[in-house]
Amino acid sequence: MNLLNRIPSADPMLDAESFWWQPLAVVGLKVLVVFVIGLVGTMFMVWFERKIVAGMQNRVGPNKAGPFGLLQTLADGTKLFFKEDLIPEKADPFVFRIAPFLAFVPAFLVWAVIPLGGDFTGGRDGTVTWFGQVTRVQLADPPIGVLLVLALSSIAVYGVMLAGWSSGSKYPLLGSVRASAQMISYEAALGLSLAAVLMTAGTLSTSGIVSAQSSITNWHLLSTGIVPFVVFLIAMTAELNRPPFDLVEAEQELVGGFHTEYSSIRFALFFLAEFMNVISMSALLVTLFLGGPQPLYLGGVDIFAVLGPFGGTAWLLLKVFAFLYMYVWFRATLPRLRYDQLMNLGWKVLIPISLGWFILLAALQVARDSDVSGLEYALIVGGCLVGIALAYMLFQAALNVARRNREAEGAAY
Amino acid sequence: MELLVFVLASVMVLAGAIGVIAYRNPVHAALGLVLTLFGIAVHFVSMEAHFLAAVQVIVYAGAIVVLFLFVIMLLGVDRAEDLTVEPFQIQRPLAVIIGVAISGLITAAVVRGRSTLGERIDSGVPGDDNIRELARSLYSDNVFAFELTSVLLIVAVVGTVVLTRRQRGGVDK
Repeated sequence: MNLLNRIPSADPMLDAESFWWQPLAVVGLKVLVVFVIGLVGTMFMVWFERKIVAGMQNRVGPNKAGPFGLLQTLADGTKLFFKEDLIPEKADPFVFRIAPFLAFVPAFLVWAVIPLGGDFTGGRDGTVTWFGQVTRVQLADPPIGVLLVLALSSIAVYGVMLAGWSSGSKYPLLGSVRASAQMISYEAALGLSLAAVLMTAGTLSTSGIVSAQSSITNWHLLSTGIVPFVVFLIAMTAELNRPPFDLVEAEQELVGGFHTEYSSIRFALFFLAEFMNVISMSALLVTLFLGGPQPLYLGGVDIFAVLGPFGGTAWLLLKVFAFLYMYVWFRATLPRLRYDQLMNLGWKVLIPISLGWFILLAALQVARDSDVSGLEYALIVGGCLVGIALAYMLFQAALNVARRNREAEGAAY
Repeated sequence: MELLVFVLASVMVLAGAIGVIAYRNPVHAALGLVLTLFGIAVHFVSMEAHFLAAVQVIVYAGAIVVLFLFVIMLLGVDRAEDLTVEPFQIQRPLAVIIGVAISGLITAAVVRGRSTLGERIDSGVPGDDNIRELARSLYSDNVFAFELTSVLLIVAVVGTVVLTRRQRGGVDK
C-alpha cells in the first residue's frame, strides 16, 4: 500500500520489484479486458435497446439470431462489413475517411480511466493483486483522470463535425452543425457539474474519486446535493445525442444527420462509437456520483460479497445497467425537443443552475475548511442563498428584456 | 525514450505547422493546426505537466479550433482560396518583414539564454501537484492579472456583439 502512495502517477506496478513478465501480463490483461468490455458491451447495448424498446412498444424485437436474438448485432455488424463502401463524388476523400475514426477512438479511450472493479469490501481501497502485482482494476490512473475524459469528448466533436462537412451534401452538414453546436453548449454545463464533484472529492483521478465515496452518505450524489447529478445527467444525454436530444439525426428533417452519406464499415464505426459512448458515459456518471464499484450496504450487508474480488465489478455493472435502462426508457417515452428549446435548456437553465450551485458548494467548502461555528456556517449558507437569488432575479430580468427586444424586432414565439 | 517522444511530438508539431500554411483548403489547414496542438500537448505530458496537456487539448483543440471550423463551414469559405487577389497591397511584404523579425527575436532569445537551456529547473513539486501549484500561483500572486484577463475577454465578447449588431443598421435603437 505504501508503494501506491509513493507513486501516485502512472500505474503502481511499473515500479514494483518482480519478474519482468508480471507487469506485462497485468497490462496486457487489462488492455484485453477493456477492449473486450468495450466491444461486447456495445453489442449487448444495441440488443438491449432494441429489445427493451420493442417491449415498451408491444413488439417482439430481435429474436431470430441466437438465444433471445442476442447475436442480432453480430449479424448486423457482419452484414455491414460486407457492404460496399461508398464515397460520394463531392466528398472530401481524406477527411471523409478519417472522420469515423475520430469518433470511434475517443469513445474507446474513455474506458481506460474508468475503474472497472476492485476490492472495496470493508473499507478497502480497491486495489487487487494479480500475478503478485498490486494494481487497480483500471487500465490507467493518470493524475488528470477526469480531464482526460473531457478532452476525449471534445475530440469526439471533430468526428461528427468533419463527417458532416466532408460528405459534401446539405443534410449531413446541417446535422453536423447542429451536433457540434449542441455538444459545445452542453459541454459547459457538463463541466460545471463535474467541477462540483471534483471540488468535493479534492482530486481529479478517477480512482481517487471512487475512494472518496466510501459510504452512501459520501456518494457525490448526496454530498454535492443531487443538483449537479441531475444537471450532469441531462447534459450527458445531450452530449451523447440521445433522445430526447437527438436533433442531430432528426430523421424527419435531416434524413440521417451527419452520417447520411456513410455506408458499410464507416457507418458501423459511427454506430459503434455512439453506443459505446452511452455505456462509457454511464460508467463515468456512476464513477463520479454513485461510487463506481463501491458496494452499497443494504442493512449492513453487501449482496455481492460472495463474489469476493469481483464484487466491485458486479456493483459497477448493476449501477451502469440502471442508467442504460434509463436511456432506453427515455428513448421510448420522451418526444424530441425543438432546437430553440434545446438551446434554452442548455444556456438559460442548466448552465446558470450548475454555476450557482458550484459557487454555493465552494462557499460551503471554504467554510468547512476554516472551522467556523454553526451560526457562522448558517450565515454563510444564508448569504450564499440570498446572493444566488439576487443573481437569479437579475438573470430573469435580463432574459425578459432580451425577449421584449427581440419581439420588438419582430420575432414571434 | 524521452528523446523518442520528443522527436515524434516535434515531428507532429512541425508537420502540422507546415500543413497549416501549405494546405489550400481552410478545413485541412485547421486540421493541421489540431495536429500541432496535439504535438504540443504531448510535449507537455513528457514534461510531466499533465494538467497543461489536458487543458491544451480541451481548450485549444476542443474549443478554439472547433470554432474555427464552425466559422469556416458557416461562411462557406471551405474551398481553395484564389491567392492572386490581394485585398491589402501592403499585406504580403509586411508579413515577410514581421515573420523575419519574429524569428530573429526568437533566435536572439535562444542564443542569449543558451546557458540556462540545458538546466532542469526542479521546483521541488512532484508532477501531480502541479494543479495545486498552478492554482496557488494564479489565485494568489497573479490574481489581478488573472482577473483582468477575464475582464478583457468579457469586454471583447460584449464589444463584438455590440459592433456586429450596429452594422446591420436600424436594428439597435
